Amino acid sequence: MSKSRAWDADRALTLIKERESLPGALLPILHALQDEFGYIDKAAVPLIAGVLNLSHAEVHGTISFYHDFRHSPAGKHVLKMCRAEACQSMGCENTIRHVENKLGVRLGQTTDDRSFTVDAVYCLGNCALSPAVMLDGKLYGRVSREVADFLIDSAQRHA
Amino acid sequence: MSVKIYVPCDAAAVSVGADAVARSIAEEIAARRLNATLVRNGSRGMFWLEPLVEVETPQGRIAYGPVSVDSVAGLFDAGFLEGKAHALQLGPTEEIPFLKRQERLTFARCGITDPLSLSDYVSHGGYRGLERALKLMPETIVEEVTNSGLRGRGGAGFPTGIKWRTVLNTPADQKYIVCNADEGDSGTYADRMIMEGDPFVLIEGMTIAGIAVDATSGYIYVRSEYPHAFRTLRHAIAIAYEKGYLGESVAGSGKRFDLDVRMGAGAYICGEETSLLESLEGKRGQIRFKPPLPAISGLFGKPTVINNVISLATVPIILDKGGEYYKNFGMGRSRGTLTIQLAGNIKHGGLVEKAFGLSLRDAIYDFGGGTASGRPLRAVQVGGPLGAYFPESLLDTPLDYEAFAERKGMLGHGGIVVFDDTVDLAHQARFAMEFCAVESCGKCTPCRVGSTRGVEVIDKIIADQERSRNLELLDDLCEVLTDGSLCALGGLIPFPVQSAIRHFPEDFHKPAPANGSGQVSGKVSNKVEETRPWH
Repeated sequence: MSKSRAWDADRALTLIKERESLPGALLPILHALQDEFGYIDKAAVPLIAGVLNLSHAEVHGTISFYHDFRHSPAGKHVLKMCRAEACQSMGCENTIRHVENKLGVRLGQTTDDRSFTVDAVYCLGNCALSPAVMLDGKLYGRVSREVADFLIDSAQRHA
Repeated sequence: MSVKIYVPCDAAAVSVGADAVARSIAEEIAARRLNATLVRNGSRGMFWLEPLVEVETPQGRIAYGPVSVDSVAGLFDAGFLEGKAHALQLGPTEEIPFLKRQERLTFARCGITDPLSLSDYVSHGGYRGLERALKLMPETIVEEVTNSGLRGRGGAGFPTGIKWRTVLNTPADQKYIVCNADEGDSGTYADRMIMEGDPFVLIEGMTIAGIAVDATSGYIYVRSEYPHAFRTLRHAIAIAYEKGYLGESVAGSGKRFDLDVRMGAGAYICGEETSLLESLEGKRGQIRFKPPLPAISGLFGKPTVINNVISLATVPIILDKGGEYYKNFGMGRSRGTLTIQLAGNIKHGGLVEKAFGLSLRDAIYDFGGGTASGRPLRAVQVGGPLGAYFPESLLDTPLDYEAFAERKGMLGHGGIVVFDDTVDLAHQARFAMEFCAVESCGKCTPCRVGSTRGVEVIDKIIADQERSRNLELLDDLCEVLTDGSLCALGGLIPFPVQSAIRHFPEDFHKPAPANGSGQVSGKVSNKVEETRPWH
């Protein structure tokens, strides 16, 4: 479950400056910002660019390149569903369709009540226990429709 | 003496309840006031038996599995602390045929030790390779690795020793060792297992590499989908610093080696070595032109050894036992052991470390027990999403780089994904193109644009629109991708597509489905649904 705080430019600048001397500091900075705020606010771009002496375009281009970095906050729970080959061979597409119908969203979307974001991922390294999903950073294997229901319902109960 | 009970902390074991089982066991120990200690080990790699609980008895370790929380109290009642009988008892762990028939060199300790216990590591042969390396000249270390015949286990199979020699022979004020832990291919988890189950062996391998080529700094680039592995490595690196195995004087040798772990951000392409280097430098993970090779101009423009996790984790045993010892395993030009990863629709999915040369059939049936669904096997994809789909008739292919190449396949890292007879290979071919469209870094036009066009063409083939013309067009497109892409993503994505057409032509000639191709929605699916004519 995400425990992100609201965007705060001072806090962001502190996080950026703590990491500015790392070689190749941009990714560690972006991860730190996303860990803190749940997404990377547009306002972070000039702050990062200023500290690292990069152009806004370089920073924006890096953020937009990587699937992980969000431009707006995710739902309270993030469910990443693997749809790579090993999981396909065990019917992940049925589980995915089931979850999409249950929550009324498509992969890549957040529910209207902002309780769940459901994302596609390509391999969680749990290919001998397919289908696999990751819910709020925790890995689950052999995720049938029933297991998916259980995971979603339990997360909602503990919301 | 306190009895040791082992419950794996490996992410896959945890994904089916190992943490809950461990908690339950700890509660029973406390409630029953027993003299027993819980150890969280790595996984033995028999995932269908996870959570696999082991008890140390005078007769050796006895396995029970798969253990659920509900069965824990019953295990204690049955006397499992003395290794007594129970419906879940599997006998001595080492005697389980799946494990007994393996040749575990790289994975010698995985599943046996506590991954974060340096004393466990050392008492099970750890750091002997480094100890020997510190007595050798750098050239001799490189020679040893070259003689072992070790080839890059990330998939490309390039001789590791040759990479190292190039870096050794390139003078520079700073050199780097980079570990590619961006294990993004479906059907692979060996890197994850070793990072979570025996992280010190990777740290030792990288340290030896640093000493061999005179590099004082190293990075492990771990994909963000592996948070457990990332945390384990962080922790293990801190321990290695504390005990003097990393830092300004490695094991008191006066030689420096610093190591850091960095997290990727969900880009498959960063498993390509030059993209990975760009990403480590804090840029978009776009691939670089080669030459210059990373060995000449790699991370921050400095000579860089960049190797896969398993390659680096195999270096300690090569240094400890000698290149000759390692070379004696295997066949042809594929020397040593392959970490075969049985995945997908397979009854006994798991890790099989075995000398090169085992047949695909023996891996799938003798070790894997056939399909999980019990239905007939129809297709096997070896080597990840860029590997070919093989039919039943090619199952006698030995697991050997050259044997796979001869059959227009790719052994890659030894990940084997099994499909039963419900698979539709036209759908799989479409997925390959779709995956390429999602994950292309965008540098080369054939890959960036061609992948989306590929999805559209396959959709037309499935929908029976000018089938023969579109099959021809797809063939042309594959040729453009192969010839016009700088890296393996665009260059090899024709492998799964064309092998599907070659071996399973009937799937491309079915009557058109009534309502679309039944694809799961996704960013790219939406994008490619706006069908545009391709001229």
